[in-house]
Amino acid sequence: MTLQAAIATNRFGLGARPGDITQAQSDPRGWLEVQLTAPAAPPPELREMEDSATRLAATYATRKEKDEDARKPMREALRAAYRADAGRRIRAAIATDVPLRERLVHFWSNHFTVSTSRPIVAAAVVPYENEAIRPHVTGRFADMLLAVTRHPVMLAYLDNAISAGPDSLAGIRRQRGLNENLGRELLELHTLGVDGGYSQTDVRELARILTGWSIAAERDRDTGTFLFRPNLHEPGDKVLLGQRYDEDGMGEGLLALQRLARHPATARHIATKLARHFIADDPPPAVVAALEKSYRDSDGHLGEVTRTLLRQDAAWAPEARKVKTPTELVISTARALSGDIHPTAPAEEDAQTKPHADPALRAVTLLGQTPFAAPSPAGWPDQAADWVGPEAMVQRVDWALTVGETLGDRIDPRQVTEQALGPLASAATRQAVARAPSAADGLALLISAPEFQRR
Amino acid sequence: MTTTSSPDWPLNRRRLLAGLGGTALWTALPRVSFARTIGDQRFVLIVLRGGMDGLAAVAPYADRDYAALRGRLALPDPNAQGGVLDLDGFFGLNPALADIHPWYKEGQLLVAHAVATPYRDRSHFDAQDLLENGTVTPHGVATGWLNRAIAPLGAGRRLGLAVGQGVPLVLRGAAPVASWAPSPLKEADGDFLDRVAALYANDPLLAGALKAGLDSASMADHALNNDADMAMDGAMVDGTPKPKAVRLDPTQLGTTTGRLLADANGPRVAVMDLQGWDTHAQQGTTAGRLAGALGNLSKVLVALRATMGPAWHQTVVAVVTEFGRTARPNGTGGTDHGTATAAFLAGGAVQGGRVLADWPGLSDDRLYQGRDLAPTQDLRAVMKGILRDHLGLDDAALDKAVFPGGATPAATRGLIRT
Repeated sequence: MTLQAAIATNRFGLGARPGDITQAQSDPRGWLEVQLTAPAAPPPELREMEDSATRLAATYATRKEKDEDARKPMREALRAAYRADAGRRIRAAIATDVPLRERLVHFWSNHFTVSTSRPIVAAAVVPYENEAIRPHVTGRFADMLLAVTRHPVMLAYLDNAISAGPDSLAGIRRQRGLNENLGRELLELHTLGVDGGYSQTDVRELARILTGWSIAAERDRDTGTFLFRPNLHEPGDKVLLGQRYDEDGMGEGLLALQRLARHPATARHIATKLARHFIADDPPPAVVAALEKSYRDSDGHLGEVTRTLLRQDAAWAPEARKVKTPTELVISTARALSGDIHPTAPAEEDAQTKPHADPALRAVTLLGQTPFAAPSPAGWPDQAADWVGPEAMVQRVDWALTVGETLGDRIDPRQVTEQALGPLASAATRQAVARAPSAADGLALLISAPEFQRR
Repeated sequence: MTTTSSPDWPLNRRRLLAGLGGTALWTALPRVSFARTIGDQRFVLIVLRGGMDGLAAVAPYADRDYAALRGRLALPDPNAQGGVLDLDGFFGLNPALADIHPWYKEGQLLVAHAVATPYRDRSHFDAQDLLENGTVTPHGVATGWLNRAIAPLGAGRRLGLAVGQGVPLVLRGAAPVASWAPSPLKEADGDFLDRVAALYANDPLLAGALKAGLDSASMADHALNNDADMAMDGAMVDGTPKPKAVRLDPTQLGTTTGRLLADANGPRVAVMDLQGWDTHAQQGTTAGRLAGALGNLSKVLVALRATMGPAWHQTVVAVVTEFGRTARPNGTGGTDHGTATAAFLAGGAVQGGRVLADWPGLSDDRLYQGRDLAPTQDLRAVMKGILRDHLGLDDAALDKAVFPGGATPAATRGLIRT
């Protein structure tokens, strides 16, 4: 069971901390399943964070500020808030006792990506995750879909907040128009998938249905909370995927989301993405089929679907077929080292730059995965070819060496190998670590080794 | 979907780490103490490591011996296709420096030619040490002349900035300095990479990516970063790993440095290294390894000027190298280690638009040891001139502490716009 325990911690967790493999050893799958019923509340690191509405309101206020001298510190405060949040999020992942849950949060957050590439939402991305994603990762997909779609951060990110039906009051009076961004991504990325059998007409119809899902303002001050604005809503009946929607204001969208969550194409899309994320870039069709069935049978209960995943034999194959993303690599390295990847704080930090100091946050940025900076609404890619390009591979090795040289003389890399990989470590890797010219190099070799780069 | 700027940190000042300042490297030199504070003047020292071929960077195209001597490495004259860019009817700029050619006419670019440090041998390691320590002997002292120059000016403030992963000798010493590294990552060396590659023997994906990465890195970094010869004889300084060259595109390097220097409360003096000058083979003329390196230099300078804004008017950038190269081409389309070379001064504070040279000529009997451009001016004189008239040091400090060889060579006059 030790091998299964090592797989449980690495493939389905965020990498083993010292003692994790031993702890999971008696019942590796049970060790994971119990995490699915753990409380959905945010981990301690993420509590007492400002909510997304506060952050959005501050962002809007910054944009409205005309005086550049006054605007500058406001903008810097927003940036600092993002950095602080992102640092807390990664520290939470390094410290968590329920790594499967945290993995699921990251997975679903990436599925429903919002990105700092739109500065309007940048200060609110982590609160968005806590509010719209985190409560639902083992709940019903339909609930998460609704929480996301009506979330102001998503509505701002994909421009729905300003989308106006051409025949709505605002459309007529102010000559504003329809924005299809959310409608399209909702079908293509969030639910049916690109091959899910929808047409451009469906994109437009869903956009029409969602007109009015917007963000509130009070007396000229944006509050950053959700508001359905009837004067933006396109009046009249709509037809989405062959189904008729009578004019019902916000009700149209609620119904559309429910139907999309239950759509067979959505079941297949979600099943494929989950299997690809946890098992292999090109997942076994039998696993996808099992997850798809589980999704349909449970009416999209994600805890149930995840449990089904854990019961697939293919999920426990010894061969590690997935390459870790930079985030997974950094988090698992820190976990292997009991949370510490860079114990020596750089000298003479000034207070202004303190938020930069988080070494894990720095590392993921260096390795190309700045938190919530995915290049498109499709989120970060989830296949090896996207992460181990030539330059990226060299950077990974350089980073391993940097960690090694920083920590090398404080740890015994052979012990770290045993605790982090256990039976997953190959004879070649054990030998390379043991024979390295220094502890620093030994640790760097462990981090560079295929068994550590993969999961 | 637009991808606009992210809230990612603009310039990461966290990486402005404390350098070697204050760590008792101050040893053999007398310390001239006097109170003085620096104004708004900026000074940037760019060290071209590996030995830049001055005859290729600034060609004396009108010298009657030039074309025959240089053979296949001779640059065409200004009227020819791809010819040098004329400066004063005698010297012409390598076309790889075309972007800074207009600066000459503006009076913001000065060339000092047939210039050399007092060093007369041909080791990179020793030559660079002497270039940086400011004395007449390699390894004579463990501090750098630029650190000694700013030591009395800072009043505790970090005036100096080293761009790179370590602080080069020229900026080491008692005065506290900052360093900024474009990437804080170590770069794995050959031995370590061999060990990693062995681990990837059964993982074609990772093995292939690593190999491709190293191949492309070595190509892309050729000019900035890669120099087999240097790696051989210059790997260590003071028993510590030699600061590695930065793996960064030159425009980014210049932009970042420029932004730091533009800051009113930022550093006043910066040092950066550029690699790729040790052109023993495939040196080329208007294209090839040297042209690539010159192009990088040009990009750094252009980016510096573009980002420094008004501060550029108070700036002198000095571009120096440890020695020149043989006047004649060698057998592999390159040149070997030589003696005199060219140096550049650029910036809004430079009294430019001229080539400063007591030209020795290129006939066989005029070449140093029958092979190199002969040195006719001392690089220390040029540096003294900048420190005195731009940063405001007095002769006593210059002759005793900064370049402790006495009053000779005297500071070159008139380098700075008044």
